[in-house]
Amino acid sequence: MATPATATESTLDIRGDFPILAREIDGRPIVYLDSGATSQKPEAVLKALDDYYRFHNANIHRSVYLLAQEATELFEGARERIAAFCGGETRTTIFTRNATEAINLVAYAWARRELGRGDAVLITEMEHHSNIVPWQLATEDAGASLRHLRVSDDGLLSLEELDAELAKGDVKLVAVAHVSNVLGTINPVAEIVERAHRAGALVLVDGSQAVPQMPVDVGQIGADFYVWTGHKALGPTGIGVLHGRAEVLESMRPFLGGGDMIAHVDIERSTWNELPWKFEAGTSMIAEAVGLGAAIDYLAAIGMERIRAHEHALTDYAMAGLGAVEGVKIVGPTERAGLISFVIDGMHPHDIAELVNRDNVCIRAGHHCAQPLMRRLGVGATARASFGPYNNQADVDALIGSLGRAREVFGL
Amino acid sequence: MDDLYRDFILEHYKRPKNFGELEPHDLEAHEHNPLCGDELGVHIRVGDGKVEDLRFHGHGCAISQASASIASEELIGMELDAVASLDADWLLDLLGIPISATRRKCALLSLKAMRAAITGEGSWPV
Repeated sequence: MATPATATESTLDIRGDFPILAREIDGRPIVYLDSGATSQKPEAVLKALDDYYRFHNANIHRSVYLLAQEATELFEGARERIAAFCGGETRTTIFTRNATEAINLVAYAWARRELGRGDAVLITEMEHHSNIVPWQLATEDAGASLRHLRVSDDGLLSLEELDAELAKGDVKLVAVAHVSNVLGTINPVAEIVERAHRAGALVLVDGSQAVPQMPVDVGQIGADFYVWTGHKALGPTGIGVLHGRAEVLESMRPFLGGGDMIAHVDIERSTWNELPWKFEAGTSMIAEAVGLGAAIDYLAAIGMERIRAHEHALTDYAMAGLGAVEGVKIVGPTERAGLISFVIDGMHPHDIAELVNRDNVCIRAGHHCAQPLMRRLGVGATARASFGPYNNQADVDALIGSLGRAREVFGL
Repeated sequence: MDDLYRDFILEHYKRPKNFGELEPHDLEAHEHNPLCGDELGVHIRVGDGKVEDLRFHGHGCAISQASASIASEELIGMELDAVASLDADWLLDLLGIPISATRRKCALLSLKAMRAAITGEGSWPV
């Protein structure tokens, strides 16, 4: 095993907090390297979910009895802590089902009202389908155009190209990933926001891959909309977050209509509840919000700077180790977040993932919901190893050992 | 020896039979697997109501490429009507390897495309 001379094992050792990582398959441990798809959950999150249903379950915002008060306090308390964790305000932190729903909320409640003929939405070639398709639908409905920034051979966006697009004067919204789920590229989102705002465009940032692994301050980034999903950040599935800018959210119509999002309902018309509840129709994902609150408490207790440093060191270690495996080609920039997409000459990514699974190594293979980017890279698919705070060098060593065995099966 | 990646599967993957394009051709189809992005195109030349010649092209995993190679050898010479009625079990039996639920579409993409070229209808074989 090639060990870079500079690599030192980080001191973060939290595997014991994640019950699933103690599971063995055929007497051998699980090597989970797919946190970019979804993270594993610490005991604290499982307990928060269980405690909620076991001791506090009631519907929120409605009833006066004690259980309902407790449930409401747990739900709204989670919102407060989640807002603070990301540098946002409580009343502009809106719960959605996931990041996809948060983007669709903006596409329906903002874009379809604000876009018209002659307007444009600017996306990038490295977006996840969730930050492409809603804009295809919205621009089509509004008669607006959809343009994109290209990705360089190094896996980067060009701020000069951004400026050139903005200079055309028609861009109303820029939608961009904070961290690419394929390349690992960390985009300069604060810089992008500043340039877009100067040109009169709003910005939506998809932070799904950023919030779980690095300090994120939505106030400092300044985006009009910053979305992320809970299940990639140690939380449960079924909960996402939209941090919006207050004046934009105030100006928008609601997304879904129903209970809880209204102030007053007549049979012919209604008025809307205040932020954030204006955008939360129907009974909310209460347990999921409580679970996500426990997840960010857990992350905050470790410290996002420390998690980033741990994953950064681990990613460097893995880049060096994977790069030394014969036939492996890594895509994306050198400086990156905690994920590595790669291909191997003579082996399709699906076959790589199938064969390393024989050693309980869990990696993703496919187009990663980023088909335009796959075409840009000239590959049909890639294999991807992505890290969580619980991963360590032994996981990377297991992957590399397993890749060697996979190559042998293919006679490489 | 590996259960899935048997020698004959890897042999077909590395040196596929009937790989490429066929010009001129009478029938064609292009199908993809939305789960993984794999693509497979088929060109068929027809003679006397039969598949006179066939070529496939595109990119995919060892299972999908080997499956296309193996199926192509069987299809050449077959009546068009007979190809249209081939089902998933025909190809899975031909492959003779344990195909899990997650790899089923890899194995069946080739038959999907080959049937589509003949029937004009690209449903997944069942």
